[in-house]
Amino acid sequence: MAKAAESSGDPGTTTPRPLFAGLSDISISQDIPVEGEITIPMRSQIQEFDSSTLNESVQNTIMRDLKAVGKKFMHVLYPRKSNTLLRDWDLWGPLILCVTLALMLQRSSVDSEKDGGPQFAEVFVIVWFGAVTITLNSKLLGGNISFFQSLCVLGYCILPLTVAMLVCRLVLLAEPGPVNFMVRLFVVIVMFAWSIVASTAFLADSQPPNRKALAIYPVFLFYFVISWMILTFTPQ
Amino acid sequence: MATTAAPAGGARSGAGPEWGGFEENIQGGGSAVIDMENMDDTSGSSFEDMGELHQRLREEEVDADAAAAEEEDGEFLGMKGFKGQLSRQVADQMWQAGKRQASRAFSLYANIDILRPYFDVEPAQVRSRLLESMIPVKMVSFPQKIAGELYGPLMLVFTLVAILLHGMKTSDTIIREGTLMGTAIGTCFGYWLGVSSFIYFLAYLCNAQITMLQMLALLGYGLFGHCIVLFITYNIHLHALFYLFWLLVGGLSTLRMVAVLVSRTVGPTQRLLLCGTLAALHMLFLLYLHFAYHKVVEGILDTLEGPNIPPMQRVPRDIPAALPAARLSATVLNATAKAVAVTLQSH
Repeated sequence: MAKAAESSGDPGTTTPRPLFAGLSDISISQDIPVEGEITIPMRSQIQEFDSSTLNESVQNTIMRDLKAVGKKFMHVLYPRKSNTLLRDWDLWGPLILCVTLALMLQRSSVDSEKDGGPQFAEVFVIVWFGAVTITLNSKLLGGNISFFQSLCVLGYCILPLTVAMLVCRLVLLAEPGPVNFMVRLFVVIVMFAWSIVASTAFLADSQPPNRKALAIYPVFLFYFVISWMILTFTPQ
Repeated sequence: MATTAAPAGGARSGAGPEWGGFEENIQGGGSAVIDMENMDDTSGSSFEDMGELHQRLREEEVDADAAAAEEEDGEFLGMKGFKGQLSRQVADQMWQAGKRQASRAFSLYANIDILRPYFDVEPAQVRSRLLESMIPVKMVSFPQKIAGELYGPLMLVFTLVAILLHGMKTSDTIIREGTLMGTAIGTCFGYWLGVSSFIYFLAYLCNAQITMLQMLALLGYGLFGHCIVLFITYNIHLHALFYLFWLLVGGLSTLRMVAVLVSRTVGPTQRLLLCGTLAALHMLFLLYLHFAYHKVVEGILDTLEGPNIPPMQRVPRDIPAALPAARLSATVLNATAKAVAVTLQSH
């Protein structure tokens, strides 16, 4: 079969043949009859995991998931070169962060004549489509990270900027002025740098060594746009 | 040489001739691939070759699938009765058709691999290409080489979007922020893709030797000059400085693109048409970017400071309704031409 020949490609070369090997994982062989049950080709331990947690209380499930999310938050706040985020990726954390950020950025225009609705949608769309674009870019540059792992890392590394958003809202409760602005600018810049360092610590290993800069630059632009949205936010 | 997919149903010698036509109809005309021409003498890069190689491999794979299916059909014919055989064949054909559609849908995802050769760059290459985009080369007798990559242009478009957003630093723009983001992204991408397509179309009319990929890359790198000018002039609000940079930096990057196009076109009329259009669009876009967003800033400053506009300045967007004399006629003035508004306001 042509598929077998392609999947024996050498992953070390620059030809993209190893990616074709993924096709053979999901293709269904010729001699399965049309009738019969469909088996999901996933790891068996996930199915055991699901069946054993079906009977537990909702509180247990939520607490377990929240603990996992909290653990990853800690990894982002103190970034070391580990692959916890990559190994057990989940998208709950990015969703929580994105919704929090969008809600906080939205409340600014409730009092103005402009409807507050598009603000939420804009932030949401920018975060998710920005993350998708960066993931595609890093895959095209030859990185060996999966799609959802990259989304997970980029989403979790928005945490410092969400903290910056909270701090900015508190600072804005004081009277406005240049000092106010300088404080907010300083906080946002520090958190922006923190986000980039955190995401670099997780993503840089998956890129070819001489192209790290090419993969990190769109991450820089992405967090810059989010920082700009946070910095130019005023509640009036 | 453009290589299109030869339909796999061409050489069908299987045991089910009555179902052969069915397969061919399902096959369609090949895969959903953007086939880039590998055409001229200067594109000695292997990028297009890689794309064709992948396409050929995928077609072989589809052929091998179909051939294996045909062998299995042949085995069943001698075994069961006619009805069983018929239902079996129908089921298998439907399975094959469904599988082929699913794999074609999947290949739309795997089309990422088609773009992969265009992202095969090193940081040093990107840097040198950025610098070269500001240096016009005066060789017009031989076609100048254009690097067919998409990473640099794509990153430059995103950078331009970020710079446009950064240009709106005043905090009062929060109200307009929602639409500005979408407008900035739409403007930059629309310019890059739209003007590239338009110039490619003109190049086709004027018989110029340039491919769509090369046009995208050329125009994308031409945006480097725009990024520099806007980054500087959004921070230093001097009109004279902007005009100087517009002519100098914008002019240099336009000249570079024009020189490349001239080297690839034959005939003075065609050269004039193509290069004149590109130069006009490129320079006018920079002008538009500066003034469209500058106007919003000026409009806000007007509402803060009042109608103290020197007569030679640009017209504000709206008459501030706070003007007691103009309150009654505000609605009327806002509907008339801007020149009339300036005259009335200076009274």
